[in-house]
Amino acid sequence: MPSAYLSLRACEAGGDDKITCTVRIVPASDASLLVSFGNEISLETHRQVLRLMRALAEPSPGIRNLHPAFASVLIDFDPRRRTHAEIESWIRERIAASADAPETESRLIEIPVCYGGSFGPDLEDVARHTGLAPERVIELHASVDYRVYFLGFSPGFPYLGGMPAELATPRLPAPRKRVPAGSVAIGGAQTGVYSIESPGGWRLIGRTALRLFDSKADPPAVLQMGDRVRFVPVRELRD
Amino acid sequence: MNAIRVIRPGFQTTVQDLGRFGYAHHGVSASGAADSAALRAANLLVGNVENAPALEMTLVGGAFEFDSDTVIALAGSDFQAALPLWTAVEFKAGTVVRFGASQSGARCYLAVRGGIHVPSVLGSTSTHLLTGMGGGALRAGDILKIGKAAVRNPRREPTRPPKMPANLLRVTAGPQADWFGDDLYQGSYVVQEESNRMGLRLRGPAIPSPAGTMLTEGVPLGAIQIPPDGQPILLFVEHQTTGGYPKPANVISADLSRVGQLRPRDEVRFELVTIDQALSLLRAQEQWLYSLI
Repeated sequence: MPSAYLSLRACEAGGDDKITCTVRIVPASDASLLVSFGNEISLETHRQVLRLMRALAEPSPGIRNLHPAFASVLIDFDPRRRTHAEIESWIRERIAASADAPETESRLIEIPVCYGGSFGPDLEDVARHTGLAPERVIELHASVDYRVYFLGFSPGFPYLGGMPAELATPRLPAPRKRVPAGSVAIGGAQTGVYSIESPGGWRLIGRTALRLFDSKADPPAVLQMGDRVRFVPVRELRD
Repeated sequence: MNAIRVIRPGFQTTVQDLGRFGYAHHGVSASGAADSAALRAANLLVGNVENAPALEMTLVGGAFEFDSDTVIALAGSDFQAALPLWTAVEFKAGTVVRFGASQSGARCYLAVRGGIHVPSVLGSTSTHLLTGMGGGALRAGDILKIGKAAVRNPRREPTRPPKMPANLLRVTAGPQADWFGDDLYQGSYVVQEESNRMGLRLRGPAIPSPAGTMLTEGVPLGAIQIPPDGQPILLFVEHQTTGGYPKPANVISADLSRVGQLRPRDEVRFELVTIDQALSLLRAQEQWLYSLI
């Protein structure tokens, strides 16, 4: 019963680089639909996801949650109030209506990071694995603007794209039981910031005093998808 | 003050409603009652709105003192409270209700007429244990005020939840269903100790890992994901909002409440149904709950 394939011409990249893409909409459960834009991690796909998220932002009855990811959005709805067919046509309408929406300016968020020492117990390991001096690891890590592809996995956790390839370091063989909130880490080709204290297997290279998730704030997460992030080395951890 | 005093909290007792929606894109899943049908039934029996905050007890219940005349209802599993389940019960001020270890499933709900008055966080009073949103698990000495969620008289007649097939969870096809054969439907799977509100780890005949690689994507409540070791993980009310393991199936809405009653060492089997079948099973459950209004 799954597998309604839709071919849509409505999701151009805008401007000169017009493309036609295929959107796949399938039920993920009896109360959700998964909209996917292919199977690759790229800025282009990210923009499609972002555009769909903006198009679906207006409240609609029975919609419970939107879960964006690298190349897809999962839409949870109340099956007592809405059907898969209704939600599917709502998505289609919203994509069509937002096709010409201008890209919104993305925010640049600076994250102060105290690298190394007790806050970055794995910095030396990353340096050894990459063949770089620890100072060079810090310099490279803080040299680029990262893109928040989406928040997921755990509350406020940003999936960041754009880490310089030289910094890639395999995860720890066994995850730590507790990684403090604010830990800045490298896991394979990705980098991220632990938003809450949790177990974790990424290599810790520093820590920020910025709280990426505050359950008493609304919105609770500091970062949002589409933001650009830059790490700024600091000497001390301070709020 | 109309309040409940926690004499003994039990193994893990939290305040729950039907969930906190609209924050999955911040990485926050809905949380809410693990057996939402039981929470709704208990609320309706005492004359509350169905979404009123109530207590969710897990495996071993606590002891609670009520300082005013009140009406409560218990629903879900039998935690040896010496009170009938699925019935509104009237009390005098000073009554202490004591619970023991479960005699049936994992969770028992206690709804009090008026609901439990706790601050709403991002639109819900539901406790999210991972972040502490909505408070944490109850502790001895906690005082819970009683609110004003009563909208009608308590129901005089007891009720009974509809009969459900024991140990059978109905599922619809997941987004990667065509990556898998029918292995999930062949054997039975045992709920492991490392199971909680985030997810249930199951152990049984390993499900061969499919060859494909997938990107991390959004995961719905009740998703069954297959990690490389082939042992299924059933994502539950405090689940991660995205995940990278393929999902052959998803538990239907009408059976999620029974997932909330599974205990470690319980055995389950899965049966594939269509979305239309899933929705008609959900309608039957809703009709029962509607009949309590």
